[in-house]
Amino acid sequence: MSATSTPAHDQPVAEKNYLNAQHTVRSWLLTGDHKRIAVLYLVSVTIFFIVGSFLAGLIRLELMSPSGTMLESETYNKVFTAHGVVMIFFFLIPAIPAVFGNFFIPIVIGARDLAFPRLNLASWYLYVFSGILAVIALCSGGIDTAWTFYPPYSSMYSNSQVTLVIVAAFINGFSSIFTAINIIATIHKMRAPGMTWFRLPLMAWSSYATSVVVILGTPVVAITLLLVLMERAFKLPIFSPELGGDPVLFQHLFWFYSHPAVYIMILPAFGIQSELIANFARKRIFGYHFVAFSSLAIAGLGFVVWGHHMFVSSQSMYESTVFSLLTYLVAVPSAIKIFNWTATLYKGNIRLHAPMYYALSFIGLFTIGGLTGLYLANMGTDIHLTNTYFIVAHFHYVMVGGALTGFLGGLHYWWPKMFGRLYSDTAAKITAIIVFCGFNLTFFPQFIMGYMGMPRRYHYYYFAPEYQIYHILSSLGASLLGVGLILPAIYLTHSLIKGEKASANPWGAHGLEWTIPSPPPTENFTEIPIVTDEVYDFDPVAEHEANLAGKEIELPSESEQPTKVDEPTEAGKE
Amino acid sequence: MAAASHNIEPTPVHHQFEDIEQQNETYVVGMWTFLVTEIMFFGALFLVFTLYRWNYQLDFYKAHEHLDVKLGAINTTILLFSSFSMVLGVHFAQLQDRMKVLASLGLTVACAMAFLVIKGFEYASKFENQLYPGLGFTNNVEHVGGANLDHAQLFYGLYFAMTGLHAVHIIGGIITIGILMFLWLKKAPSVTKDYIPTEMVGLYWHFVDLVWIFLFPLFYLMPKPH
Ligand SMILES: [Cu+2]
Repeated sequence: MSATSTPAHDQPVAEKNYLNAQHTVRSWLLTGDHKRIAVLYLVSVTIFFIVGSFLAGLIRLELMSPSGTMLESETYNKVFTAHGVVMIFFFLIPAIPAVFGNFFIPIVIGARDLAFPRLNLASWYLYVFSGILAVIALCSGGIDTAWTFYPPYSSMYSNSQVTLVIVAAFINGFSSIFTAINIIATIHKMRAPGMTWFRLPLMAWSSYATSVVVILGTPVVAITLLLVLMERAFKLPIFSPELGGDPVLFQHLFWFYSHPAVYIMILPAFGIQSELIANFARKRIFGYHFVAFSSLAIAGLGFVVWGHHMFVSSQSMYESTVFSLLTYLVAVPSAIKIFNWTATLYKGNIRLHAPMYYALSFIGLFTIGGLTGLYLANMGTDIHLTNTYFIVAHFHYVMVGGALTGFLGGLHYWWPKMFGRLYSDTAAKITAIIVFCGFNLTFFPQFIMGYMGMPRRYHYYYFAPEYQIYHILSSLGASLLGVGLILPAIYLTHSLIKGEKASANPWGAHGLEWTIPSPPPTENFTEIPIVTDEVYDFDPVAEHEANLAGKEIELPSESEQPTKVDEPTEAGKE
Repeated sequence: MAAASHNIEPTPVHHQFEDIEQQNETYVVGMWTFLVTEIMFFGALFLVFTLYRWNYQLDFYKAHEHLDVKLGAINTTILLFSSFSMVLGVHFAQLQDRMKVLASLGLTVACAMAFLVIKGFEYASKFENQLYPGLGFTNNVEHVGGANLDHAQLFYGLYFAMTGLHAVHIIGGIITIGILMFLWLKKAPSVTKDYIPTEMVGLYWHFVDLVWIFLFPLFYLMPKPH
């Protein structure tokens, strides 16, 4: 404890923090404070997550029966398209960078704010605006092209709201570009004295790598979608073969972004994962430099593997061979991370709090997601598995098992810091187990039926009723997963109202964010800190002795009664 | 420390920065990062253009003969000159010579407007000859020098898409330089005491200029394929 305890003067009582500094709606909507913008983002991505989950529920409900009677074919197409668009563009891509990146990047590097607060706010407004456009599109007929918008269907034939959704995706792209510019400039130039690159928490490294991918990839998909839009609106011939264009060129440009987009979603989760593993194993992360550089390696390699989405397009065999080999290469830095997390756990002083439950399930789920990716990187097996449920299961293991688990882990880890309240650890642990079981029950059967040949994007399968048992298992799992996702909403909301006040460092964790009060004051630091120690600088000897003595870490809120003094948080100010 | 320098140098430092150096360095990193996104944005278009030109060399050559090289060259000269006046603007901003900054920036905006006017005349003549892509595209092979009509349409589609997006960036530049001039007019200390904002606008303007430097030879100066 001694190495991690925080000085007493870091425990101010009844001080202004970023939440109660101002109370008007205007002060929230026109804020430049990165923490408030992060909270705005948290609220908005949660809303879109609920929308996306509801759509997923419709899909699972439809597939319970092989006859496809609940939804019509066209409606089903629109539902899974909407599920993809909402989850990818409005939840997975912004979730971690715009919420936790926004909130914690300045704090963990010892800065008062992100470099460009107004750009940050503009990013949120663009996000909301694009979200409103998308919702309008979904309510006024929806879109049936799947989230990939392949022409010529999207540009020449589809009668649905393609134009509106593409405009929404285009604007949404700029929102993530703005956040990325902010994070890059902030990490480059605003680190506190002594905060060298190799003292950065790994979360900062992975956010940096993510931002680089956003900067390089997003403009390409933006222009590609703009060309589809021009083709649709003005019959400007670029991609449609009827007009002399090349539809495969669209696929190249689209996947040049959309494969790296997978890393936009998963890299930030890697960062959170590293924080959780090091801080709950109470040990310096094994091979810090390797973990840091593997993020950059993944970001770089991610840009040269897009052709693995096109093994069954007209792409030449030699091109496919190269893409296949390069795809295998990405497994190396990903595996480095998994190995290093596992090695960090080895002989660590593991504390099993709720965030650690998520971190441990992340390791298992992401490993399955990553390893099944190898079957898809291999041309021979991929041709059999393309467009089956195997692929659906694979990317859900990466996106939900990886990115969503990482998001939930981060949420539980930083919740006391963000809102200054503790939630029930027991409830959170039970929820983590429910999420883990529900998730596996939903998606593992999909591997099996996909391998057997169940195609994706079909809403009936009366010709092959043997798949029904897997679909029923999957739908049962989805209900369980749904319960697991509703529970945090309940106990986290409850903690906001009734939760115990959190101390500055309830986990005994390392990092600058744990040296300032919970919730942090508007300016983050009264004085810019001077960093003298390494990151995750746990004292192995002290940890070991504490372990021998059988001392369990106590939540400081229980030991430090003074923090529970009633302060006038809401009432009395304004 | 930051407070001490604050008293001597009245340049406004935003609350998130420690001192003016940090603020300026951050601006520079932010601007270059933004320019990287712009490069990728146009880069994808250049890639598309290159691929189609590679595939349909002769048709693109025939179609390109209906572009007006003279007007294109004049426009190139105008933009090059505007970049020069922008450089002067940054130079005078460093010297804090307000009137000369305003004059240079004004000249840059004038050039940008002239560019747009000439571009407008070019577009108008294309429209007269039905050389705009879409359902109204000419069905007269003579109009496109005997090129395959589909491929000629592809050429003009790319022409309008790329020069159009470039024109949008020119308009963005005019607005940005306009705001900068307004701040100089108002003697806002954020620009008069610190030349970095002016230099950042200059960087953007040079980028827009540079895109045209690539567009001009690619579209107007095609060698005859054999
Ligand atoms: Cu991929």
